[in-house]
Amino acid sequence: MSNRRSRQSSSALRISDDQMIDLVSKLRQLLPEIRERRRSDKVSASKVLQETCNYIRKLHSEVDNLSDRLSQLLDSVDEDSHEAAVIRSLLM
Amino acid sequence: MASLISDIEPPTHLDPSSTDLLRKKKRPSVSSGASARRHAASGDSESHARWRSEKQQRIYSAKLIQALQQVRHSSSSAATSSPTAQKRGKAVREAADRVLAVSARGRTRWSRAILANRIKLKFRKQKRPRPTAIPAMTTVITTGSSGRSRKRRVSVVRLNKKSLPAVTGKVRVLGRLVPGCGKESVPVILEEATDYIQALEMQVRAMKSLAELLSGSGSGSAPPPI
Repeated sequence: MSNRRSRQSSSALRISDDQMIDLVSKLRQLLPEIRERRRSDKVSASKVLQETCNYIRKLHSEVDNLSDRLSQLLDSVDEDSHEAAVIRSLLM
Repeated sequence: MASLISDIEPPTHLDPSSTDLLRKKKRPSVSSGASARRHAASGDSESHARWRSEKQQRIYSAKLIQALQQVRHSSSSAATSSPTAQKRGKAVREAADRVLAVSARGRTRWSRAILANRIKLKFRKQKRPRPTAIPAMTTVITTGSSGRSRKRRVSVVRLNKKSLPAVTGKVRVLGRLVPGCGKESVPVILEEATDYIQALEMQVRAMKSLAELLSGSGSGSAPPPI
């Protein structure tokens, strides 16, 4: 545990501030919460990272919900499989 | 950075796991996949655009449908009592993630992690030793060292010494959310998260439209169960 921690902090030190800011601002552009703001508004890296975590969690739960929904829909399509074929042909 | 060289390597590690997936479904576009990978290595803005493209979403949707049919077959052919809805939702989720990882073609750590998880399960079943871990030193800091022009406007506040620990703490939390990035370095986590978010967005778009398609055509002829 302590070993891992020290490795991580040393790797954190290797990254330059410029690099960090470059990477974080790339993330910033993906976040709906922050993206809408004016570009001139500066946002702290900490805020961007917080929002990034929130956004990933939100996307994960969306995928979870959609998975449940799709599995239910699969049940309903199960009986006549030609529907599945129709959908597949639409997408191909 | 010598580590950039190993960028080319990862796909070979996927082969044992994904051949059965790839061979059946992906044969025609294997060569284009190789060139896409090379593009991605040269500049990831292209790979990010990839997740946004309609074509990518179509490919993903098609693969997803195939995977979902397998889920359906395997669950319906199982002699045991029909799996719970929760279980099936989970199976769908796993299939969706696996397909997403395959769509990433092993360029990214998160996708390799998803596929590696899969291999682990397979190998455990067959009681064979686990494959050696995917090399840890791939695609480190492709950003900084590849000297990509920093044309994007810097819109993040400069870091000061005080905020750095808090920021690295947040990055660590982020690393736990991105598959395979729990123990990675800060730049790797940030890079991977950037790609992973866009992949997830595409996954959500594709699954949404698939659900709409299925519910649209499902309600026409067959009444929904219950």
